[in-house]
Amino acid sequence: MADLSSSHSPDGKRAQRPMSLFRNLPAKIASIPMILTALVVFVGGTAWTVVHSFTSSKLLPNTKFVGFDQYERLWTTRRWLVSIENLALYGMLSLIFTLVIGFTLAALLDRKIRGENVFRTIFLYPFALSFIVTGLAWQWILNPDLGIQHVVRGLGWESFTFNPLNDPDIVIYGILIAGLWQGTGLIMVIMLAGLRGIDEDIWKAARVDGIGTIKTYIVVIIPMMRPVFVTALVLIMSGIIKLYDLVVALTNGGPGIASEVPAKYVIQYMFRAQNLGQGFAASTMMLVSVAIILIPWAYLEFGGRKRG
Amino acid sequence: MNRLAKMLAGTFLAGAGTAHAADLEVTHWWTSGGEAAAVSEFAKAFNENTDHNWIDGAIAGSGGTARPIIISRIIGGDPMGATQLNHGRQAEELIEAGLLTDLTELAEQQGWKDIVNPPSLLEACTFEGRIYCVPVNIHSWQWMWLSHGAYDAAGIPVPSDWNAFIESAPKLQEAGIVPLAIGQQSWQQRGAFDVLSVAIAGVDAWRKVVVNRDVGAAMGPEYQNVFAAIETARQLAADSNVQDWNQATNMVITGKAGAQIMGDWAQGEFQIAEQVAGEDYTCLPGLGMNEVLDTGGDAFYFPVIDDPEVQKAQLELASTLISPDVQVAFNLKKGSLPVRGDIDLSAANDCMQKGLDILKAGGILPSGDMNLTPDTQTQIEDLMAEFWSTDMSAADAQAHYADLIRAAE
Amino acid sequence: MVDLTSSPYAEGPRGPKPRRSFSRANIFLYGTLIVVSVYYLLPLYVMVVTSLKGMPEIRAGNIFSPPLEITFQPWVKAWAQACTGINCDGLSRGFWNSVKILIPSIVLSIAVASVNGYALARWKFKGSEVFFTILIVGAFIPYQTMLYPLVIILREIGLMGDLSGLVLVHTIFGMPILTLLFRNYFASIPEDLHKAARVDGAGFWSIYFRIMLPMSLPIFVVAIILQVTGIWNDFLFGVIYTKPETYPMTVQLNNIVNSVQGVKEYNVNMAATLLTGLVPLVIYFVSGKLFVRGIAAGAVKG
Repeated sequence: MADLSSSHSPDGKRAQRPMSLFRNLPAKIASIPMILTALVVFVGGTAWTVVHSFTSSKLLPNTKFVGFDQYERLWTTRRWLVSIENLALYGMLSLIFTLVIGFTLAALLDRKIRGENVFRTIFLYPFALSFIVTGLAWQWILNPDLGIQHVVRGLGWESFTFNPLNDPDIVIYGILIAGLWQGTGLIMVIMLAGLRGIDEDIWKAARVDGIGTIKTYIVVIIPMMRPVFVTALVLIMSGIIKLYDLVVALTNGGPGIASEVPAKYVIQYMFRAQNLGQGFAASTMMLVSVAIILIPWAYLEFGGRKRG
Repeated sequence: MNRLAKMLAGTFLAGAGTAHAADLEVTHWWTSGGEAAAVSEFAKAFNENTDHNWIDGAIAGSGGTARPIIISRIIGGDPMGATQLNHGRQAEELIEAGLLTDLTELAEQQGWKDIVNPPSLLEACTFEGRIYCVPVNIHSWQWMWLSHGAYDAAGIPVPSDWNAFIESAPKLQEAGIVPLAIGQQSWQQRGAFDVLSVAIAGVDAWRKVVVNRDVGAAMGPEYQNVFAAIETARQLAADSNVQDWNQATNMVITGKAGAQIMGDWAQGEFQIAEQVAGEDYTCLPGLGMNEVLDTGGDAFYFPVIDDPEVQKAQLELASTLISPDVQVAFNLKKGSLPVRGDIDLSAANDCMQKGLDILKAGGILPSGDMNLTPDTQTQIEDLMAEFWSTDMSAADAQAHYADLIRAAE
Repeated sequence: MVDLTSSPYAEGPRGPKPRRSFSRANIFLYGTLIVVSVYYLLPLYVMVVTSLKGMPEIRAGNIFSPPLEITFQPWVKAWAQACTGINCDGLSRGFWNSVKILIPSIVLSIAVASVNGYALARWKFKGSEVFFTILIVGAFIPYQTMLYPLVIILREIGLMGDLSGLVLVHTIFGMPILTLLFRNYFASIPEDLHKAARVDGAGFWSIYFRIMLPMSLPIFVVAIILQVTGIWNDFLFGVIYTKPETYPMTVQLNNIVNSVQGVKEYNVNMAATLLTGLVPLVIYFVSGKLFVRGIAAGAVKG
């Protein structure tokens, strides 16, 4: 069995000893599934995808290399450019609103209110439903002839117009409304959990110092909740990049190509257009942008610091 | 042992008793009412006429949903016994990889070459001289559906072709009727474009562009007219605020819209609404301009499975699908035309009869499915989606289209 | 044995207490919560109300109005009669199949992720953080793009078309987020306990089973909830790695909702979606408090 001091300083000088492979052996054996998943599936699968993005693969993967042809075509395709723009806009808004709404709701629920359980359940339940359901329900509510517009007009406001799903200029906001409905609950719970971890003495001290409630949240509490925000960010951002089902269920990319997103482009060109090479090129571009943003940050966040 | 358990045990024993029977898993994406009724004719015939069992593997949604599942199963080495795929170029690579069963022997035994009409259907199943699929029906896109109710309300006669329809549009609009209904989905928009290409540019220009990839023809005056026509169509459909094709058909049925350009499957909707062709609605093949139909449709493929029982069942299913009685029963329910020229279809309604007459007279186009790759078609769909939802000019769209034809393989 | 109350996370709210019950701040607080609740409840309300209406009433009316005549026919149809291809026995066909997929997938994915998290939190070795970073980046890859590589991997190891292949796929895709949560949770357990056990000679597995596991109920609850939601709602992998007799419930749901042709029966669609969502919904409604406590433990300390 390994000695005690080694468990938390694995990359110290002692790791250079010839026996280092056998130190901490049970942990290494136990991590084999994780290592295999990371290397074979995520790294291997990604490498496979990248390699095939340089081929002319159609219905089945092949290895007829065509250089950067798929990428040249990708970046001259209007639909791809629109998809990127949409994702950037949706991603930014979704990230901001999810964090703000999630935190605000959590803060409201954290104020010793009555019925906390009821409210929390109401905010959280959409997360249990699949995107098919979310899309269908919101499609109806936003439908001008059935939903909100119809009802408001029925109340006498004849000129009221609210038709986001059929207006190319604002369709992405329609998707945002449904996306926030589905996703904010989980973030709210995470934030709530974070607030519960704050020592009550902090509040007492803030009150003694005469700092207002909102200011206390912003200046004192939020900086203390850094790890919570990190977990929330991973969850929100991975959801944004993968945005697909909701768009398909809600607008299917329409009207026209106004609400297309990259994941949809990838999947459509892989499976509907039967041009795997083009789909792989698009998914490689997605991966590259994720990697540029994520790897340095993830490494600093999870790899660089010692903890205990 | 209680009664239920006895019954169950009995069922299992009976199941085990039928020797030489194979369970054949059949994947398809026919899940709506009419489609399911049609496919159950196949299942019924297969279960009754052979020793084998049809195990139904329906998955709704053709392009994006069912296809990756079907392809994954086949390349993963765990294929189904038989599967629907649109015929044409889709399956070529699977055939090259040796994953699909060669049906040539069976086809020659049963003389498919002589009975399948039009012959282009069997050609679409043929790769390097061998036959790999069974065509089961013919669907055509080139139809316009007109609402008598809408034209009565506007007080004008029902037009007899596309030009007369354009002239009638202002009157419809005065009466508060949307002249042209179209669902805002790209496949419908591309379909309308394809139909207008054949109707307005004519078969020759169409053939040059779609079959021969002639970029000059795509930029030529005939196609200029086509793009002008879809620009007009876009204006006429500006108030058509629906997504699904059958919602658009419903606008025609209820007289909210004057017309819709949609394939022959639309008549199923009129039938459900108990409307009568010639009285409540009119169908115009080829938009009344030139009466030719494409011959797209569905086909079944049989993945290679290393089990003699299953192989036998596959061949028996193949011959069941194309047998005369099954063809009639299936196509009446599906609302499509049979692939055999030698059977009696007097039970078909007026519009189906019109279609049959056109096929007999040889007014046949090869389907776009057989000419352009799915890749190019998807790109054209993207272009059409953008064109119909923005104010892109006809000239821009044409130039774009010509680029896609130039790049097409 | 260490009991849960010793964990640093309080049960009760921590924010400042509102002063009087009818203060302006209080009215604002409850007012906001109630307005926001309407936004969250509206879709559920529309779905439930629609699923209880007949088709004529749906075509005629306003989607928000309560049903004039309540009918349970759509629910009956969705459960027992709706057609999947030629089999017209509704969602009931897939319910037990989904359960059969769910249980082994949950057990394996959580077992693997909890051991991973434990090793990452307490038994770091050279490179362990690199693998973890790869996992986290993997959480950002859309599943569909991994479809063909996975099919090829499974074909090569001979698990294609087998339930164990499906279980493996769910284990793989559940791994990033679950490992993150377990790792954070185990890192938050006081290190003194771990050290004391090491002094007593306990090794990797005995500390895991005798000290960590008994303290980990909240985080297991969170993991179970997240996995139930993900696996129960999964369609793509469920249908690729099963046969028609064992299709999960989502295949029937897809067929009912996404049928290309025919008249759309909105009431049956809504009933079907509610029925399919019932298992995760019930779990959410029942486990509310435990969920927050578990999330608190898994997400707060990073």
